[in-house]
Amino acid sequence: MTPSTLPAPAGTGGPALEVEGLCVDLRTPSGTVRAVNGVGFQVRKGRTLALLGESGCGKSMTALSIVGLLEPTAEVTGGSVKVSGTDVLRLGQAGRRKLAGPVLSIVFQDALTALNPVQPVGRQLAEPFRIHRGMSRRDAREKAVELMTRVGIPEPRLRARAYPHQFSGGMRQRLLIAMAVALDPDVLIADEPTTALDVTVQAQIMRLLRDLQTERDMALVLITHDLAVVAQRADDVVVMYAGNVVETGPVAEVFSRPRHPYTKGLLDSVPEHAVRGRPLPAVPGSPPELSAVPSGCVFRARCPLAQERCAQERPRLVSVGASRSAACHFSEELDRA
Amino acid sequence: MPETPLTDATAAGPRAEGSATPPPLLEVRGVTKSFGHGRRRLTALDGVDVRVERGQTLGLVGESGCGKSTLARVVLGLERPDSGTVRFDGTDPFTLKGRELLAWRRRVQMVFQDPFASLNARMSAADLIGEPWRTHRDIVPTAQARQRRISELLSLVGLRESDADRYPNEFSGGQRQRIGIARALALDPDLIVCDEPVSALDLSVQAQVLNVLSELRERLGVSYVFISHDLSVVRHVSDRVTVMYLGKVIEHGPAEDVFDRPVHPYTAALMSAAPTLDVSGQAQDDEIQLRGEIPSPYDIPSGCRFRTRCWQSEARCAELAPPVVIRDGTADTGREPHEGLCHFPLGAGPMEA
Repeated sequence: MTPSTLPAPAGTGGPALEVEGLCVDLRTPSGTVRAVNGVGFQVRKGRTLALLGESGCGKSMTALSIVGLLEPTAEVTGGSVKVSGTDVLRLGQAGRRKLAGPVLSIVFQDALTALNPVQPVGRQLAEPFRIHRGMSRRDAREKAVELMTRVGIPEPRLRARAYPHQFSGGMRQRLLIAMAVALDPDVLIADEPTTALDVTVQAQIMRLLRDLQTERDMALVLITHDLAVVAQRADDVVVMYAGNVVETGPVAEVFSRPRHPYTKGLLDSVPEHAVRGRPLPAVPGSPPELSAVPSGCVFRARCPLAQERCAQERPRLVSVGASRSAACHFSEELDRA
Repeated sequence: MPETPLTDATAAGPRAEGSATPPPLLEVRGVTKSFGHGRRRLTALDGVDVRVERGQTLGLVGESGCGKSTLARVVLGLERPDSGTVRFDGTDPFTLKGRELLAWRRRVQMVFQDPFASLNARMSAADLIGEPWRTHRDIVPTAQARQRRISELLSLVGLRESDADRYPNEFSGGQRQRIGIARALALDPDLIVCDEPVSALDLSVQAQVLNVLSELRERLGVSYVFISHDLSVVRHVSDRVTVMYLGKVIEHGPAEDVFDRPVHPYTAALMSAAPTLDVSGQAQDDEIQLRGEIPSPYDIPSGCRFRTRCWQSEARCAELAPPVVIRDGTADTGREPHEGLCHFPLGAGPMEA
């Protein structure tokens, strides 16, 4: 693996995915709230970027806006999402559909609800080839079997006739991944792809994703709340809190020297490095409701460094070193500590 | 103890009975439990031994379908084992009836995984915490005492007294889990079974709840059976660890020994599969990849049940049930035993590869 030098994207043909100032509003019974607030990042082919955050931080909402699958109650109100140069937010339904599969694809968390329960899996896997490549039923079916072999499903020809409920959780996730990579997309988004799985199966699935990524040179966006998954599998990380990006940079650097107190708090509260029998250094309180995000810095209510300035002025995401940035008034102090 | 110039008989009486060691708080021996019948018979537990000492935490590790939840149900007296014995503080709870059974039940309580599903949305925090007293009427008899005790319990788990009148929807996930813990504590149990108590919580909140649990252990001397799939959590909270695979205990011992020097390949694979925070990239290269998935519990492999996924398996593993391998700890060293079930136990040195 190459060290994370992150040269300027120029020269390599630009990033495969470029998100800038993305804002998403959510209509709720008690009014409109901002679920994603000015999120930006870029991923090049062959690289993995992790969107890390706790539930409600806006990471899944960001993913859904990229692929255009937001619920009707949510609406993109600003920013741009460029996939291989095209701003997909400006495309109509038909234009979007053309990209869905060959250019941009997503793997969902819950494979059982993502698959059609009343269709044999082989038919579902053949669908992208029928729709986008106009293949005959028989050729598409061959392709589906080939894909099933590639993602490690035993006896694929036989199993192609089975229904989703006849597969284990791990096998279903493999099917979903197969479907997502069927048309060799440039950008693959994986939304908590292993959360529902046992650890040994989780490891298999993560390895499969990594192998496919290398083999097909895809840009991978990994959405997760699991710090360890980020540490092991991602090149770069975007840490989100209450709809905002609070820190970004290469994983190795961010995790060894976090420059935002939230990132540091998360890392400290993992029991892995803690002394047994001692209390874990926990972040006090819990993430805010989207309707009650504090003024100024979004994290200040739980922050050990918070001062008056944090209540008045929202810190902007500023550069804190080569290809790193953090949104904190006191990120230098954190670095010294 | 008061000094009494009495005869030896009385003075030594209660001590002599447990002369060697007092019985452990919980001792499960050779418990087997199966469901269904005929060809569709599923053996959820197959000769399981588990021990929990007073004031200690037993970590129970294994993947879905390994039988850990069935074991929890047996420990709680909700499922009667087909064979084997359960001893709680020396008595078999399955022989108890009526008043005695009721009195026993309050000694073992449970904290559930999902604090959103396990609390009745139409009851206030005070009602939820105090509900067990409606069954166990003698514990806190007067309304005044109940109110006082609820305040105590709330502060014990880190909530405010004013939270008593609020309803579950007004609390965050971490706070709800604290209510679940306070409710389990309402009957002053000796043992609390925690079934994945933090896995439904946000990471920054998990640490808070783990801290509450370990603080309660210090203050109240309560013991835990801690079920979790998160090995770093289990390692942090447990004194002893029991690893299960397809209904059998395949390794058990002191937490550090099991984690640092596993006997069973499955334990090693489980630990290697669990991602760590190490960003050097080394952990990835050393990863042990298991092949396949857990076999169906309706059709358990012959011999060693892990052999279908094990990279070391040989013909012998299919023919013979694996022997008990004792890594350390015998009666004379006084160390707690660390044992595993394997024909080819992993090396004695610390796991390097």
